[in-house]
Amino acid sequence: MADAARATDTIDPGEVEKFQAMADEWWDPQGKFKPLHMMNPVRLSYVTEQIAAQHGRDLKSDRPFDGLRILDIGCGGGLLSEPMARLGADVVGADAAERNIPVARIHAEASGLDIDYRHTTAEALAEAGERFDAILNMEVVEHVADPQGYLRACHDLMRPGAVMCTSTLNRNPKSFAFGIVGAEWVMRWLPKGTHEWRKFITPDELFAMLREAGLEPVDRTGFVFDFVRWSWSTSDRDLSVNYVTAAVRRA
Amino acid sequence: MSRVLIAGGGLNGTALAIALRQGGLEPVLIDPVPAPDRGAPFDGRSYALAHANVRMLRALGVWDALEDGAQPILRIVVADGRPGTGARGPVLTFDHAEIAEGPMGWMVEDRRLRPALSDAAEGIEAHASPVAEQSEGPSGVAVTLGDGTRLEGAALVGADGRASGVAGRAGIAHAVTEYGQWSLTCALSTERDHEGTAWQVFYPEGPLAVLPLTERRVGVVWTQSAAEGRRIDALPDEAYLQALHPVIGDYLGAFALTGARGAFPLVRSVARDLARGRTALLGDAAHAVHPVAGQGLNAGLKDAATLAEVMTDARRRGQDPGAPDVLAAYARWRRFDAASLAVATDGFARLFSNDDPLLGGFRRAGLGLVAKVPALRRAFIREAAGLTGDLPRLLRGRPL
Repeated sequence: MADAARATDTIDPGEVEKFQAMADEWWDPQGKFKPLHMMNPVRLSYVTEQIAAQHGRDLKSDRPFDGLRILDIGCGGGLLSEPMARLGADVVGADAAERNIPVARIHAEASGLDIDYRHTTAEALAEAGERFDAILNMEVVEHVADPQGYLRACHDLMRPGAVMCTSTLNRNPKSFAFGIVGAEWVMRWLPKGTHEWRKFITPDELFAMLREAGLEPVDRTGFVFDFVRWSWSTSDRDLSVNYVTAAVRRA
Repeated sequence: MSRVLIAGGGLNGTALAIALRQGGLEPVLIDPVPAPDRGAPFDGRSYALAHANVRMLRALGVWDALEDGAQPILRIVVADGRPGTGARGPVLTFDHAEIAEGPMGWMVEDRRLRPALSDAAEGIEAHASPVAEQSEGPSGVAVTLGDGTRLEGAALVGADGRASGVAGRAGIAHAVTEYGQWSLTCALSTERDHEGTAWQVFYPEGPLAVLPLTERRVGVVWTQSAAEGRRIDALPDEAYLQALHPVIGDYLGAFALTGARGAFPLVRSVARDLARGRTALLGDAAHAVHPVAGQGLNAGLKDAATLAEVMTDARRRGQDPGAPDVLAAYARWRRFDAASLAVATDGFARLFSNDDPLLGGFRRAGLGLVAKVPALRRAFIREAAGLTGDLPRLLRGRPL
């Protein structure tokens, strides 16, 4: 296992209070991460349905993901990891930002959930030979330096029959208007400079990269904000700003 | 934790418990209202269940026990009324044959509805003692009952009526509007058949609703000024019927009282918040409305259908079903609907219960227009049947 993962296994008691405050911030639906909380129901609906479909699970049953090993890349405070654990999955939450790890751990413990949070990267996990039945790759690919190399590492982390959900931002004038001008400058949902528009990826480009990485893309769906209901929903047709894809590793 | 504590198991609270159990959660009923015995005599109380709410009861497996004793509402007749002369034109008829779904609703007697819901809730954990204390932590709620029992859950639902203790302890205030009116209720057995027709006659003092029941009986909701309401309520049965006769007119022939009479002041009460933290309000605890169209139970069942769906869906995607943002989604969904219902019912009643000649002309013009335009008429019918708006799955007849 990567050394970086070991480095954060213990928490300095003096730091606990600070991490607790950060965890409270991550999990405050009205706080700094409000946009993520607003998007979480629709993101979770998508990933749970894709995982259930791929592995033949019934979401109406109790703990439908029992026995599945799931990796949440860029786990942050654990907004996706905790729901997966609650559905019965064996979850590894990975984040390249070291300070997120103890924060996520503290919150999971308070929620009574056992989640393996690690300060590491997809590449390091692949190198260590880790394998998963599903990968949550949500709003990460637009932030990495080498998207193709990163997706290749994701492929290596997948067992045959595993599914990966990858969400990102499309690249077109509308995504510039909504994703950067709207979300960062006007609504202040995100700090300025969170996204670099040039790094946004079109659905066709993402599908091509997923195929190049050895995966078979099976679905693409838009996330659209409904200004009347003030909430996010999915769309089969509108992938113009936020969208998500599902891809499987056949062998 | 998937336990949901429901304070107050009246009709709405019990329906919520049944729906939550269908959705895979663990409801706990606190201080439920005891249901009357099956086969209890008619006590005069009945409900107009909109079509969509009957779909919900069907999806919850409750309707089979009710269908035989329920009277379909095949027609709604709306008319303007003058004191002493009964209904007079223009009369507007809404017939269920104009829409594909079927009857606008069904009339169901209280003595049948309560045992049916209670039977369907069998096996759900219940405590007879009321909530004495409630508290909320970051990951759940805890309540202490009057008998000292301590319960924990993901959320606490106040289904405990207009004077909700749950709302009070959570610090949620209500906006209260007094109408200065009383509603008198009774049931009549009649000489002639009502033919499945519900009458809504608007008198200057307030509306009169005559609702069809099985076996040549009707339920009556008669709204009056407070002073007149109190006076009529104090009358012995014979004088009461004499006062009622000119208002109802002759279309039902002779009639006699069956079951008990009721009388209550009209007070609208709307909670400032439908959810706060891990506490949510439902039914009369959330919004008690002017019962001009019998919408109280329909709105409460819609609350239950919405809350159960929001919590069930949250749990199925791995979220904490009682998390504040989950309950906030319920509040957002219902707030718009409840506010528009309260305003519409209020506006409808005021428009029709006013002797102002200008308003009278306006409503007669409106009635005339609706009478001539089928699309408008169908819109009214679908509205009355509860088939409009953004309906939760149960109200579309689909199980959770």
